[in-house]
Order: sequence, then structure tokens, then C-alpha cells
Amino acid sequence: MPKVTIDGFSIDVPEGTTILQASRILATEGKMPDAHVPPAMCYYTKLKTSGGYCRTCIVKVSKGSEKDPRPMPKPVPSCRQTVMDGMEVQNLTAPDLLEARAGVVEFLLINHPLDCPICDQAGECHLQDLSYENGNAGTRYEFARRTFDMIDIGDKIKLHMNRCILCYRCVKTAEQITDGRVHGVISRGDHAEISTYIEQAIDNDFSGNVIDVCPVGALTDRTFRFKSRVWFTKPMDAHRKCDKCCGKTAVWLSGNDVLRVTARKDKFGEVEDWICNECRYDKKQIGDWTIEGPRKIERHSVISQNHYESLRQLKVDISNQKKLLEVAHVADIKQN
Amino acid sequence: MPTKLLLNNEHIPGINTLQVYRNNGGYASVEKALKQMTPEAIVEEVKISGLRGRGGAGFPTGMKWSFLAKPAGVPRYLVCNADESEPGTFKDRYLMEKIPHLLVEGMITSSYALGCNTAYIYIRGEYFYVSRILENAIAEAYAAGYLGSNILGTGYNLNLYVQVGGGAYICGEETALLESLEGKRGNPRIKPPFPAIAGLYGCPTVVNNVETIAAVVPIVNNGGEAYSKIGIGKSTGTKLISASGHINKPGVYEIELGIPVEEFIYSDSYCGGIRNGKQLKAVVAGGSSVPVLPTELILKTAAGQPRLMSYESLSEGGFQTGTMLGSGGFIVMDEDTSIVKNLYTFTRFYHHESCGQCSPCREGTGWMEKIMHKILDGHGTLKDVDLLWDIQSKIEGKTICPLGEAAAWPVAAAIRHFRHEFEAYVMQPSSIKDVKHYYRLNNIEPIPA
Repeated sequence: MPKVTIDGFSIDVPEGTTILQASRILATEGKMPDAHVPPAMCYYTKLKTSGGYCRTCIVKVSKGSEKDPRPMPKPVPSCRQTVMDGMEVQNLTAPDLLEARAGVVEFLLINHPLDCPICDQAGECHLQDLSYENGNAGTRYEFARRTFDMIDIGDKIKLHMNRCILCYRCVKTAEQITDGRVHGVISRGDHAEISTYIEQAIDNDFSGNVIDVCPVGALTDRTFRFKSRVWFTKPMDAHRKCDKCCGKTAVWLSGNDVLRVTARKDKFGEVEDWICNECRYDKKQIGDWTIEGPRKIERHSVISQNHYESLRQLKVDISNQKKLLEVAHVADIKQN
Repeated sequence: MPTKLLLNNEHIPGINTLQVYRNNGGYASVEKALKQMTPEAIVEEVKISGLRGRGGAGFPTGMKWSFLAKPAGVPRYLVCNADESEPGTFKDRYLMEKIPHLLVEGMITSSYALGCNTAYIYIRGEYFYVSRILENAIAEAYAAGYLGSNILGTGYNLNLYVQVGGGAYICGEETALLESLEGKRGNPRIKPPFPAIAGLYGCPTVVNNVETIAAVVPIVNNGGEAYSKIGIGKSTGTKLISASGHINKPGVYEIELGIPVEEFIYSDSYCGGIRNGKQLKAVVAGGSSVPVLPTELILKTAAGQPRLMSYESLSEGGFQTGTMLGSGGFIVMDEDTSIVKNLYTFTRFYHHESCGQCSPCREGTGWMEKIMHKILDGHGTLKDVDLLWDIQSKIEGKTICPLGEAAAWPVAAAIRHFRHEFEAYVMQPSSIKDVKHYYRLNNIEPIPA
């Protein structure tokens, strides 16, 4: 089992694990603070061949492996670079890397409309998190941003191409979990756009999942658009008997109204299981669902404001954070 | 008389036909390779020859060939990269147009060496008429028994196809070329796996430039030893240089690697000096993506040694004071040229050709073009020059394929060596018609030492 060290935190992982996966394992097991996990905008564990496009997950490899200890000359995308035994990776501990990542964030934002106040994704947007955590304040871009017309992909999905960062996740989803691909990228360079074949509707039981994989507000649910800000809704774990999918979802309530239904996402923003369109769009009555209880939302998220699942959980959260701070402190001392 | 290995027969009328080509010693390498040599022996000869990839990167060809995975029961492919899209480079077109059979011969010999039974020539869309020439040559070769099944009675089979691309710069990158050849969108793949392990249709593949494959012919004919004696140091053999710009005799020249740059520019057997008796200002030595160098650095290295046309000498001093041989697109600029305008053209090109797959290149190239446009419009500020520098440094090394670097290097070099020109554009936009005017106005030397 290769041993990899990320920002001073070591772990043994199976052969073929990528740096990103290894750091996620570290964070999930509580051996490393979440902040040390490289951000990923285009990589998606469930989608084959995804990753490598957005370049936000770049890390610095300061030691290639035990056999070949030379550092890698360029920053590598952690989502595609597999670990080798003895590899040492720097993420937050390399200031030049953080600057490079801030550059990538700036590139992603120069053509993004920054219309968060009217965007349905605001509050659960990965690009917001990314730019807040890794970007610089302000922009140096002073030209007109590229614009596209909005497209309706069928009667349920809205494509707002201006906001798209071309992560290719929805293309891979359309390719891999729905059959009959009618969805891809046309044009080239900064005018490349996600499109369907002559605005043809995607007609498939699982097509709604492209909304869940979209890290920004480019693909939104037309049954939920402009209904409510996400942080005013109450996310609940719920399930129903569904013969197409697992039926395990998160429903977002306002009072007793089901405003929207999404798949359950883990703390890295990836869905746990795909859900079908029937669950997503058609089951909008509270009676359709068996509510399991409030959904656990990460404490850094704006959605979690005033959502205390239980006082005990809050205490556990705080003690966890304290513990991690101690671990981080020890790692710092070891490094110096 | 300089040694010519590729273009020695170019002047013969009808050399594009099989009959004339064979009368002048053509297809000897096929006979020799298939009847007398084993594939391993040919790879060994190529290794000994020291031949380096002529497409731009200069990676040793023999080494690349020996990396080719050879799992049993899986086909291997040889793909010839004739998607010559680097601005300033036109050597492959010249070669294919004049002597198409040289490429076909090289493809047969190389395919035999690599054990491929199917080979492709991927040619860019703009060279549509060249693809006709190649297809005629291939048809002739099929009729003469050099292609098809049981070639020359040796039991070796090879099918050779020409595929015309859509004319995208990015499809000159080997993995994007393979994607395009498979019929997909021409986006570069993420490496590893390298094409030598999983290339075309997931099978081991070698992708070589036209000139590299053509150079295999003299290597097999005369032996690797003889080839390695031509040239200098690790830059062996001859190289086609596409000379363009403000020179008296633009065109394709076959040079022995290692001749001085000064000789190449001023000698009558090559470029013949700067036209209209002007002074040399700058040279882009290897196609638009390599760094531009001012006169004093292109003729002499920073250490004062004369600079030679070779992989090592041109890159001496790194990017601070050196450049690269690249694909051999030698663009000469005289004293009247504005580097700023020239750079605008380059940034516009890279913006247009970026594939849009990874973010730094997709967004950064467009941004750089807009800033260059602003500066040329006379609205630039000194901050913009610094911003350009910062953007290029954020693109370089952060992208999937080398196009990001290709877009960043010319910007970096232009600012590094000609910052005063950018400042001139920014400081006195109203009074400047061209840069030379600015020099006269301010009574300064045209090219500061």
C-alpha cells in the first residue's frame, strides 16, 4: 500500500488512488481538517473520465516517490494524479501553489456573471465556496463578459450558459447514466457552450441528475426556480418506494410545502445515489414522502444557519473541530 | 555544398510520381528494411542516428519508438502528424507537396519497424489539395505493391490512410489528434496514459511528425551511424526550416543542424539577408509559440558565443536569454516591425484556437487578447503590461496540453525583451504611428543593448 503525505498528514491508500481521493479519505476519517482537501470543480467520483479540466485541484508534489524523490516540475491536478509510495504533496502549505490556484479562480470568474443575488444556486454553489476560500478579493478584468442566451432543455431544466464553467460533469452524466446522448459541447475556446442537439429536450428518466452535478447555477430545476433562497428552506432526509431509483432523497421544505427534491449529497458535494425524474419533479406533496429527519448540513455552509439538528450534535461538531486544530498544530510542529 | 537528405531531389521534374521517384533511388529503404532488416534493427538504427522529433518538442525518436507497448493480440498504430498549424511553419506542406512519396516510403518503413499493420496520415483541413497529392501517391504505391497485403512478397501487410482534419490548431497536439482521428471532438487527453500505452482506439500508438518519418528513409538507407555524423552534438541530421518574414529569400531550407544563425539569415544560400537593406530587429526561431529574441541574443548567446541552429544552442540560457528550435518556423522581423502589433496577432491566434477544455487557457487567452487590443487602441496603462505578465505566468504550466504554454511564452518573451515598446504604446499613444517613430522622437537607440 503506497503511503502518501498531504500537508504533513500521512495515510496508506490502495494502489491507483488519486491524491484527491487520498486527501478525502484523510478528511473523512477525521485525520486532517477539511480545509486541506483540494477543491474540485470538475472531478466527480461517480463519473468516469471526469476531472482534470478546471485546474482548481492542482497541488504541488514536493517529492515524487520513494524511488524517485525528485519534485514534479509543474503543479499536478490532484484528481487525476495517482499516488506513489512515499509521495509528499503540498496543498495549503505551499504559498506559490495557493497563488496559482487563486489565478485559476480568477480565470473561472472573469466570464462568470456573478449574478449570485438572483441565482438559485447561491448558498450551495461550489464556485462561491471556491472563490471565497481560494480567490482574491476584487477582479482585474475590465472587459465585457461573454454572454449566451438561456436555453430550456425540456420543460424541467433551464440552461443558463453564462454561469457555466465548462466542468463537463453534465456531459459525462448524460453520456454515462442516461442512454442516447443528445447533450455535449459545441464551439471552441471561451465561446464553447453546453448544448443539446438543436435544443432538443433530454428525455430520459435520469436526466434531472445533470442539475445535481452542476457545481454552479448553469443547470437549474425549473420546478424550483425563484421559489425560495436555499437557506430559507429546511432540508430533510426522506424516502419513498420507487421502482426506478433508490428513492432516498433530500427534500427541501418550506413549512409543509415540498419546494424541491434533490439527491443526497456528501460533504464534498457529490451525490450518494442518482435519483429519477419522477422523484425529483413529480412528488411535490409532503404525503409522498416518509420524512426521516433533518438533513445534516456542514457547519461551514450558509444553509446550516439556525439548523441545529440537536444540541448533542453541535457539541460533537465543536469538539471535532478542536481535535482537528490540535492535530494540525502537531503537524505544523513536525514540519518545522 | 550543404548536405541534403530530404530535399535533394526536389528539383527533378515529376518527382511526385512513383516512376520518377523510384528512378532516383526511391523506395530503396522499403526494399532494404523489409528484405534485409528486422524491425528491432531499424529501431536500433534510429536510436543510433540520434534523430529527434521534428514537430517541436525534439524528443528522441528512437526512444519514443522503444516505449511503444507491445501486448499480444492488440493492434498497434502509426499516426503521422501532418496537422502543421504552427504559424510560421510550412515545411511539411512543402515536403508533402513536392515529394509525397518520401512520406509514404517513410510510413512503410516506420510501420514495419513498429509492427503496425494500419497507419494514418492526419492532415489539416487547409491542406486539402495536399491530401489529394498524397492520396494519388498512396494509390500509386498500392498499385506498385508497396502497400496492401504481402508487400514485396515478404508477407508484411500495411494499409495507409489519409484523414483530413477540420483545420484546428489544437489537433496538432498528439492526443487531440487521436481524438479527432477517432471522430470525436479534438480535445487533448489527460496524460498519462501516454499514446505509446493507450493511443488510437485505446491501442498503443506512435505519433510522429511528417519530417521525422521522412528522415527515417535516409537513416535506413545510409545507416544511423552516417546520419549521426551530420549535425552537431545531440542535434543530429538535417532540419527543414521554414524561413519567413522580412528576408530576401523566404522559403523552406534544409540545413545541417549546427550552422550559425547569422549565416542562416545573411548567407545567400539561405535567407539572403534582411530585405530593403534594413536592420534585423528580432527573430522568432521556431514557430509562433517559442519566445521571440532580439538581435543581440539571437546572433550571440548571453555568454557571447555565436548562436547555432541546433536544439541545444538555441535553448541555451533558458527562456531568460534563449528560445527553442521548435518546429523550425523561422520568422524574421526587421527594424520597422512593431513587436506589440506582432504579439497582438499571436494572442488573437491563440484565443481563436484554444479548445476550451481547461480553464486557464480558455479564459486567459481571451483576456490577453483583449488587453493587447486595448493597448493597441491607445487605451493601455502601465498596469496592463504587468497584468499581461501576471496572466501569462498563471497560464504557463497549469494546463492539460502544451497549448497553454504556447500561448504564454510569446507574451512572456515579448514583455521580457521589448518592455520599452509596450511602455511606448502606453505612455504616448497619440504621438505614435509606429514604434520606430517613437525611437526617433525620443532620440534613443532602436534596440537597447
